[in-house]
Amino acid sequence: MVATFEPKTDYKVIGTRPIRHDGYDKVTGRAIYGGDLTLPGLIWGVCVRSPHAHANIKSIDTSAAEAMDGVLAVITGADMPEALDKLVDLGEGNVNFKWASNKLMADDKVVYRGHPVAAVAAVDRYTAEEAARKVVVEYEVLKAVTNVTDALAPDAPIVLPDLVGDDLGEDVTNTNMAEHVRHEFGDVEGAMASAAHTIEREYNMQMVHQGYIEPHNATAVWDEEDRIKIWTSTQGAFAARTQIAGILQVDVSKVKVTPLEIGGGFGGKIPVYFEPIAAILSRKSRRPVKMVMERVAIFETTGPTPGGRMIIKLGADSNGKLTAATADIWFEAGANPGSVIGPAAMCVYAPYEIPNTRIDGWDVVVNKPKTAAYRAPGSPQVAFAMESAVEELCEEAGWDSMQFRIDNVSREGTRRGDGVLFSKIGMEEVLEAAKNSDHWNAPLGDPPLGKKRGRGMASGYWFNIGLKSSVNLAVNSDGTVTLVEGSPDIGGTRVAMAMHVAEVLGIGAHDVRPSVVDTELVGYTDVTGGSRTTYATGYACWIAANQLVDELKKRVGILWDINEEDIDFSDGIFNSKAESEKTIGFKELAGKLADLGGPATSIGNVDLESAGDGFGLHIVDIDIDTETGKTDVVRFTAIQDVGTAIHPSYVEGQLQGGAVQGIGWALNEEYYMEEDGSMANSSFLDYRMPTSLDLPPIDTILVEVPNPLHPYGVRGVGETPICPPIPAIANAIANAIGTRLYNTPMNAGSIMEALS
Amino acid sequence: MTTSSPGMVHVKTTINGQAHELLVPPYMSLLDTLRELIGLTGTKEGCLDGNCGACTVSVDGRIVDSCLVLGAEVDGKDVDTVEGMASADGLHPLQQAFLEEAALQCGICTPGFLVAAKGLLDNEPSPSEGRIRHWLAGNLCRCTGYDKIIRAVQKASS
Amino acid sequence: MHPFAYVAPGTVDEAVAVLDKHGDRARPLAGGTDLLVKARANAWELDAVVDIKNIPELMTLTVGNDGLTIGAGVPCYQVYENEEVASDYPCIVDGTAIIGGIQIQSRAGLGGNLCNAAPSADGICPLIVHSAVAHIAGPGGSRDVAVEDFCTGPSQTVLKNGELLVSISMPRPPSNFGAAYTRFIPRNEMDIAVAGVGVSVILDSSGQNFVSARIALASVGPTPILASAAGNSLAGKPINDDTIAAAAALATDASTPITDMRGTIAQRKQLINVLTGRMINQAVERARG
Repeated sequence: MVATFEPKTDYKVIGTRPIRHDGYDKVTGRAIYGGDLTLPGLIWGVCVRSPHAHANIKSIDTSAAEAMDGVLAVITGADMPEALDKLVDLGEGNVNFKWASNKLMADDKVVYRGHPVAAVAAVDRYTAEEAARKVVVEYEVLKAVTNVTDALAPDAPIVLPDLVGDDLGEDVTNTNMAEHVRHEFGDVEGAMASAAHTIEREYNMQMVHQGYIEPHNATAVWDEEDRIKIWTSTQGAFAARTQIAGILQVDVSKVKVTPLEIGGGFGGKIPVYFEPIAAILSRKSRRPVKMVMERVAIFETTGPTPGGRMIIKLGADSNGKLTAATADIWFEAGANPGSVIGPAAMCVYAPYEIPNTRIDGWDVVVNKPKTAAYRAPGSPQVAFAMESAVEELCEEAGWDSMQFRIDNVSREGTRRGDGVLFSKIGMEEVLEAAKNSDHWNAPLGDPPLGKKRGRGMASGYWFNIGLKSSVNLAVNSDGTVTLVEGSPDIGGTRVAMAMHVAEVLGIGAHDVRPSVVDTELVGYTDVTGGSRTTYATGYACWIAANQLVDELKKRVGILWDINEEDIDFSDGIFNSKAESEKTIGFKELAGKLADLGGPATSIGNVDLESAGDGFGLHIVDIDIDTETGKTDVVRFTAIQDVGTAIHPSYVEGQLQGGAVQGIGWALNEEYYMEEDGSMANSSFLDYRMPTSLDLPPIDTILVEVPNPLHPYGVRGVGETPICPPIPAIANAIANAIGTRLYNTPMNAGSIMEALS
Repeated sequence: MTTSSPGMVHVKTTINGQAHELLVPPYMSLLDTLRELIGLTGTKEGCLDGNCGACTVSVDGRIVDSCLVLGAEVDGKDVDTVEGMASADGLHPLQQAFLEEAALQCGICTPGFLVAAKGLLDNEPSPSEGRIRHWLAGNLCRCTGYDKIIRAVQKASS
Repeated sequence: MHPFAYVAPGTVDEAVAVLDKHGDRARPLAGGTDLLVKARANAWELDAVVDIKNIPELMTLTVGNDGLTIGAGVPCYQVYENEEVASDYPCIVDGTAIIGGIQIQSRAGLGGNLCNAAPSADGICPLIVHSAVAHIAGPGGSRDVAVEDFCTGPSQTVLKNGELLVSISMPRPPSNFGAAYTRFIPRNEMDIAVAGVGVSVILDSSGQNFVSARIALASVGPTPILASAAGNSLAGKPINDDTIAAAAALATDASTPITDMRGTIAQRKQLINVLTGRMINQAVERARG
């Protein structure tokens, strides 16, 4: 039975904005990120990477590198253990160790450009880089395939010859099609045939990258006891441990992962890249080995989210009610199976109640980096298609699209595209807030000379995950509480965890001292991802804090010589039910614990199903220079049901950051692929993420519909806000210039082409 | 260092007000000189080609990307990094404003933004929002959407 | 990155001697914002970098009746923060104030921008329309080359092994002179020109007619292009939409862009047409004061 909670509003700590505990180290430069670690005897590792996207390895000659002064180890794919062909759940996405291992270091074939074929460890980074250049690799270059259409063509080069595809349950061989899934409910064909209005459109999107500023890194020690110690920037130390142990074929207890501070991830720092390689280099050199990835390799070999092709068809009755929808979605998996077709299917129709729906999704292998989770993985893509189609349907039928969204809104009990029924959700409240917002009601205003102005809006959705978290609490004699957690803090979650505990104990947020620790100091905790941390780890904090109260009641019982059942606790004060004037505060009690049974600690463990569905809607005004196609975002408002905002500043920050990633995706970001399978724009210069000068202030409206599945009503908030901006901008462009774009990026060149 | 490399460069420099005398490999960046030789890891590596600003430091009062400066080039110069911003009296107003305004999420770009923003406010105490956005365009942040960073700099400037 | 030696000579002769000794395995180091990127990417394998910032004449900017001379190592900010340059050479400010961001402008300069010889260089078109000349020192003595003749291809220049760019100079603009440069980029800073256009004009005393004009184009050919026919077409013509449009069309004809990740041929041609018109108008506005 899932516990549910009634909403409260009379919080003392929840909803305030204390300074984050880790902030002081982060503004002074003292915080130790993965790349900042040093150890006695540390040496540096560098990968030798394939210049080809698709090639057979004929030979590798490492002798010149090995002969170089300062080189301490050289490895190739032959040094990688033979990993199991087995699928393991990592929380946000799965991993197959055989694919994962081959992805990290090629065996006999490279399947994406930059694919490591060897690695070198040397006394310093410069020497290691020089040595890596001396490794000679002979390739037989194969034709590369870099998009879903080419990959599914009958004569397509086969990326993975031993791939067995799953076509609705049937095995397929000699294919790049890894999986075809379908979700179908109701009488789709019948409903579509009888619809008064229909629209069918195709949308194409290019692959994009998470774009975290901190490079991937890892430091490894493989010690004499065959224990492997890893320090890294990861979204999940336990997920990293699972992968490292699986790839290296050792028990998880042989691997200790210490998560150092992490400089952004957005889903891209769930997979491991360097950790097993650094470990093998350490085993061979008997030295601590550190690796830091160069930016070109980050683009070419890590993380992206799929591009692909989508066809959406919508049917509505004459009253503006959606009756049927179909979605066909082809996503690039990258060089190994596993794109985000599943989440895409869960998200595509989520803001709408549609009685008859079908979704077909195809996971397609191409010679590009293996995709990883990226903020609401799969949802921004389908939001672009769905929200563009909704807007165009309304334009054609002459309907007000805000009213259309209200008339077709998802509610508690609405069936999602994959069949799941929604619990308490806040899409209606989001629409109401949007409709009443300053931005929506403000006149569009006149653009500067030579420009056209347009306004657009779009909804977005992410389902938010729960999963496993574990925390420990311990009372200090000065009345503070030590909080130990396993969730890497990627954006201010330490303070949110401390606030969960402080609210229960009636103490200040800064009386709780949070630490993120390694895999040997706390219970299993899933990744910081899926918008789960404040929800699930926060929930564990709440459990632990309540258990601590129970434990402390026992100590008060000793003090007063009464039963713990006869003691109340509220607002940080214990009092005797029988004698109400008999009280002791939390802090005073903490000072007496040494004589009242000694240490007081507690543990909170959770394994939760969902973090409560998250809905949002964004409104954007843009100006377009009709002679150059340049788009300027001039006003932006992000509206979202956030459940309860524990620390509103960091909730706003999630909405703002997600919105801006979406803006970048909409306008400029893309993997620009050359025919040979290389990425032409593998630098921050040419990848063109937004700078501060490309943006207006990002206004936020926090709608709080408390999530009944969390004691304070928290919903996951981090991922939803990347979904609406892409279609909102597409809709704004159509509004400004009267022409609609169906492909991303919607850059100046595309707009000029559309205008001509 | 490696025996194959050319000879070291003798560098006398002042870092955060403290004199340092170093032997620097001639090809070593100022970024690596600070991080690897001095141990000042507050200055971050992001792209190594001058396009993210995470490694921003100040050299003789001008902000630069330290990945695109050689350690050898700072002989006789004053280098200031994020580690030198706070004083015995406490945090620099920019650091305090970044904390109060929640202007950092992951924090990896924060040292670069702080040093860059200080470079602006040291010369222009009350810049407009547009001027701040222009000045900080060389610093990428992927977490915040910049909104709270701009507010923090405005707060520290008023 | 191949390990290289660091040399910081104090005179032009010493610098030339080191460069001459190493041939194409040595490069001058000014701002380093291109050099160190190329060395790190192994595009250049160097045995030595020659830091030219201790050579006084390469670090000097002089502006006066003789015109403007900018030492090859002078960083962008020293150019655009100079009040006389800002008032008399605003087109030079247009170019230097948009190279990279503030951090890059602290280091990068027009000398390096010219020697890097990128077709997209924002610093070169403003020099061309100001009729600037590059002063070169070498083992065989000194020589001058017009800036429009300096670049010979992408990353290729007239500099021979051992030669060093010392400075760039341009005449003091005559009265009724105006010049402007802009580029199109998808972002608002920190980007490479998809196309760029610089224009200078000299008007007659009435301010209604062109006496002469120079138009230079960036990012639409293997080098920055002096579009002579486009500029010459304005000579002696009245200032009106037709003459400006005709010049813009000729500039478009002079462009030979390629399609790449930064833009297509059609987009770049359209941009040249649009930006040329805009820059002629801005140059005229500046000429009229």
